[in-house]
Parts: sequence; structure tokens; C-alpha cells
Amino acid sequence: MITAWLQDLNALAGGLFLLALFGLVATRQVQGCLRLFVALSALLAASAFLLTAIYGVLDLAVVGTVDVVTKAFLIPRLLRRALHDEVFARREVTQVLNVPTALLGALGLAVAAYLLSQPLLRFTGGGAVASNLPVGIAGLLIGGLTAAVRREAVPLFLGLLAMENAAFFAGIGIAPGMPLLADVAIAFDVLILVFVVGVLTRAVQERTGTTEVGELILLREEGAR
Amino acid sequence: MSDRILFNAIQLLTVLVFAPLASGVLSRLKEIVQSKRGPSIWQPYRDLWKLFHKDEVVSDRASWIFRFTPYLVFVTPLFVALLIPVLTDYPLFFAFMGDMLGGGFVLALGGFFATLAAVDTANPYGPVGASRTRMVGFLAEPVFMIVFFTVSFVAGSTIPYIVQQRWVTPRANFVAPSHVLLMLAFLMLVLAEGGRIPVDNPTGHFELAMIDDSKSLEYSGPGMALVKWGAHMRLFVLLCIFLNVLVTPWGLAHEQTLGAVLLAIPLVLLKIFGLLLVLVGIESSLSKLRLFRIAEFLGAAFVTSVTAMISRLFSF
Repeated sequence: MITAWLQDLNALAGGLFLLALFGLVATRQVQGCLRLFVALSALLAASAFLLTAIYGVLDLAVVGTVDVVTKAFLIPRLLRRALHDEVFARREVTQVLNVPTALLGALGLAVAAYLLSQPLLRFTGGGAVASNLPVGIAGLLIGGLTAAVRREAVPLFLGLLAMENAAFFAGIGIAPGMPLLADVAIAFDVLILVFVVGVLTRAVQERTGTTEVGELILLREEGAR
Repeated sequence: MSDRILFNAIQLLTVLVFAPLASGVLSRLKEIVQSKRGPSIWQPYRDLWKLFHKDEVVSDRASWIFRFTPYLVFVTPLFVALLIPVLTDYPLFFAFMGDMLGGGFVLALGGFFATLAAVDTANPYGPVGASRTRMVGFLAEPVFMIVFFTVSFVAGSTIPYIVQQRWVTPRANFVAPSHVLLMLAFLMLVLAEGGRIPVDNPTGHFELAMIDDSKSLEYSGPGMALVKWGAHMRLFVLLCIFLNVLVTPWGLAHEQTLGAVLLAIPLVLLKIFGLLLVLVGIESSLSKLRLFRIAEFLGAAFVTSVTAMISRLFSF
């Protein structure tokens, strides 16, 4: 009874994870994107804690804690410190695709992810895997779409981080006993990555006065504005 | 038998009598949030009283549609109230006359005639509002469809009473992702269809920015009163569907006695008050969307409802 309840809650975390991913594709404001990323990380941690209770594997609780500390607290702090406030107040006016089209594309990818995971789930059976695996695959695809569609540096990068989040979301469902060291190592990797990208974006902004990296496809003369 | 007729009458009277109150409470709460005092919660009743005692002016260019529409706008929410559980959790007479889709069509009929009437009198602002309402309507339509599909997948029926019994009442289903996401999508629909803030500003007086209100600009006197009352009841009925069918089917009368049905009235009003608080929160923290952003809002609702459906469809 309790397990069924927990699995429902885990499935709910998966549904909300998917919803936050759609939000990441569609939100214009950079600040809003960052908040959605924090929500994604919190939902990933929630799923990890719920799976701890379902599988009885303590490793997952540690993974969840590391996830909350790095992705929900440190990464937003780091990005906010590395970048100018003006970046976060900005709205992205033009995307490569307009918002409803991008949303429909993301929806198609989500449906495709569910269809793709059906044959895989035939071997693993139902339970927590059935809710985590399709959401994880969908997250990988939608995160990729976000990175392809956005032009601002920060949302683009958050799309890539969302892919990483989604891979974890599927991972904790499939292999709850994943070596803890790998998880912690990846968490630190991501932290360093965020730091490097933050500094890089800052440099881009100082050079060109914008973070619309989607526009920076032409070579420019040094110093030309 | 005579009991059932009485219960049905009480159900209708509840919608008829308390719908303006819900609107009054909503606008008062909104004003309080903005640190103003606001009109009395009885103001909608006073408005209706005043309008019923005024003369009506009808353009001599207006056709029968213009005269006929207020009655239709007034009657259609009442008709829907017969199909849905307002006070009782057991079906009454007309429960099997139409499902949720049928109720949606009946409400849409009122909206359709309101649109025609807005175009009818060649008032410059009427057609603007009419075309905008149609735009919101056809963007909301797919969301409605997906919501009904999901509901029928899960409950095996789209009759509101059965949906409520089979799916929502068992506590275990409450946190199922399909249920929570469906609630979110339907809440967004209620906001769009009720002309509430992210889509339309119900308190605005600027004709060029109006969506819903500009359709009734040409009405006066009793016709205006009927249109207004119809709008109050429409919102009330939408809130009832949302609460009693999809979210919290608690507090409804279970025994077939007069006392139980009468007791259900304050409980249902209490639930609606709770939902009004949520609506006030939403309306006070968001600003009205620009017209072409409405597609994005309803696109988000569509995505939410489809997510609800696939999470149900592909679950093991």
C-alpha cells in the first residue's frame, strides 16, 4: 500500500519534471529559466529520495542530497555571481522557432520518448522504472531541443544541464545501485563546467555587449561593435 | 420521485442565487489584496436589480439574434448545471442526458450566440471582441478535447457523475500524475474560458483591450442583466465542474434526504471560496498577457493535458 503510494508520488515527480522541461523550452525570461532549472533539480532529488524509500538503497539518498546541494543551490549561485544581473533580467525576444512551434516539437519528442521506452520496459517490468525511464529519455531529447532552439547563452546552457539532469533521472530508476563515486564525480564535473561556462559567457558579454550567442555566427573584427 | 424533483430544483436555485455572490466575493478579495476596500460582496445583486428596473434600448438595425441572445446566455449555464454534480454525488434526473462534451457544447452555444449578437449591431467594438473570443475559443478547444479523452480513458466514461465516482473519489488516484496534470490544464482552461486575468481583464474598461466584455457593450437594461447573470453563472458552473468532478468531490450530499442536500450547499460554497482564494492569488500575481501571447498560454495548457494523457496511456 505504502509502496504503491510512493510510486504514485514518484510518477508525479516524473510528470512535473516533464512539465518543467516544457517550461524550459518556452520561458522567455532568463531568470525564469534558471528557476525552472532549480525546480528540475529539486524534482530529481525528490525522485531520488522516493526511490530510496522504494528500493531501500541508501546510496540514492546521498545522490539526492548531493544533487540538492550542487544543482539547486551552488549552480544558481555560481551563475548569478559569474554573470551580470542584467543577463538575468533580460527577455529572449527571438528564438529560432516561435514558442508554440517549439512546444509542439517538445511534445512530439515526449511522445516519441514514451514510445521508444515501451520495448525497453518490456524487460524491466513496471514500477518505478516505468515512470523514470521515459521521462529521462524525454528529458534528454527536450534538453537537446532547448539547446538548439534558444539563442541566449544561459538558457542554452541550462538546456544542456537539463539533459544531464534527465540522464540522472533515468539512471536512478534503472540502476539504483549505481556506484556512488560516479555520481559525486559527475556532480563536481558539472559544477566546474558551470564555472567555466559562466566565465566564458561573461567574457563574451564584455567583448560583444550581448549574450545572444545564437547571433555570434559571423566572424567579427576585434573591437568592432 | 418528488424528492428528486425538489433536489433538482435546489441544485438550479443554488447556481442561480449564489453565482453573483461568487463573483462579488472574487472582486472584493482582489481589491483587498490591492490594499483597497472594494465594493460590497452584494454589489453584483444590486447591479442586477438596478439593470432589471431600467429601460432597454435596442438599435433598430438589430435582428432577432440580438433580442434572443440574452435569454440563451442566461439559460445555457443553468442547463449545464442539470448535467453536473453541483450538490449531490448521486446522479439526478438529467445526469445521463449529456456528458462533459455535451455540457461543453451547451456552454459553447451560448458563447456562439453572444458572438453573433456582438456582430449584429455594427457596433465597432463588438466584432473586435467577438473575433478575439473565437480565437481564444479555438485555441482552448484542443485542450478541452484532450482533457475529455484522458478522462474517458481513465474512468471509461465522460458522464461527470461517473468520472467523479470512478476516478477522483478513490484517494489513491489523487496524486497520480495524470490527475494532477489534468487539474493544472483544466485550471488554465477555466482561466481562459472564464475571461480571467492572464487571458482577459474582467475589470478593464478600455474597449480596445477587451475580449469578453466588449460583446455585451450594446446591451442595456434587462438584456444586460441577463447577460451579466449568465456570465456569473457560467463562471460558477465552470468552478463547480472543476471542483466537484475533477478535484475535490468531497462534501457533496451522499444520502437522498433533504437535510443532506441542504447541508451540501454551505460545504460547496466553502470549497468554491477556497478556489476563489487560489484564483485571487493567480490573478494578483500575473499580468494580463498580450493578445498574441495567449496562444503560448493555451499552448502550455495543451502540452500539460497531453502530458497527463501520455503519462496515463503508457503507464504500467
